[in-house]
Amino acid sequence: MIEIKIDQERCKGCSLCVEFCPKKALFISEKLNMKGYFVAAFDEKKECTGCISCVLVCPDVAIEVYKN
Amino acid sequence: MKKIYTRPNALKDTHFHYCPGCGHGIINRIIAEVIDELGLRGKAICVAPAGCGMLIYNYLDIDTLESAHGRGAAVATGIKRVLPENLIFSYQGDGDLAAIGTAEGFHAANRGELITVIFVNNGVYGMTGGQMAPTTLKEQITTTTPSGRNPVNAGYPVKVCEVFSVLDGTSYLERVAVSSPANIKKTKKAIIKAFQHQLNRTGFSLVEILSPCPTNWKMSPLEAFKWIDEVMTKQFPLGVIKEVK
Repeated sequence: MIEIKIDQERCKGCSLCVEFCPKKALFISEKLNMKGYFVAAFDEKKECTGCISCVLVCPDVAIEVYKN
Repeated sequence: MKKIYTRPNALKDTHFHYCPGCGHGIINRIIAEVIDELGLRGKAICVAPAGCGMLIYNYLDIDTLESAHGRGAAVATGIKRVLPENLIFSYQGDGDLAAIGTAEGFHAANRGELITVIFVNNGVYGMTGGQMAPTTLKEQITTTTPSGRNPVNAGYPVKVCEVFSVLDGTSYLERVAVSSPANIKKTKKAIIKAFQHQLNRTGFSLVEILSPCPTNWKMSPLEAFKWIDEVMTKQFPLGVIKEVK
């Protein structure tokens, strides 16, 4: 199983990861971080293939991907 | 737990100061990954520019020297001549390399200095508020060309790779973009190739990266990515412009 870890304090809510995820497994959450941005989050119910498209487009290197 | 992707070691723990959706963050990450993969952490020296990219020394965990505005290629030349075994690269924007630093960049390329220039082209002066740069596209609206860049009085966009390609000292020139996962992978390959040209001592290498500036283009990050693919690459075609084998 693939696990996506998003560093919420790095995220600036640009939503590029959301747009480029082929499985639409990421979304912009209701949570505000210390900088005042609504941060991206991983929907655990959705399937992730570990393609790392989100990592490649993330301008703040906030995403790390692990496999259990 | 097996890691598929974690932050590169050559990237410090600092948070980026860049705007949401800015291409600099992606390019900084790619450079850090390349330094890790080629094992250049103790060997690479970066020359930082003036502009949004200047705080790169806060992000890359390698030796970095800040140059005066536009003088990146000249400073890199000096370091390379003193430390010929090290990998020297300058990180310059379009206002830095194509405007105030034209002489330094052009003549370093002409002398075939064994340095690499990472040229970040976003078509505007980002840090000072989005004024017209030499690489601003025809008809592009900026704060100093409010009705669009008119070549009659503002000139044409400068194609740095094509200009440098006629110089005998250059060995590798490629234009890439950070506008999609596929293009970002190509950008990484281009930087690896440029560094290898320097390590093989074939000549001057430059990678021009079309990079989004959503804040000054007055677009959302996704619109900026699409604008690169749909508009910018029409006037700045992607690909290898010159490669000396």
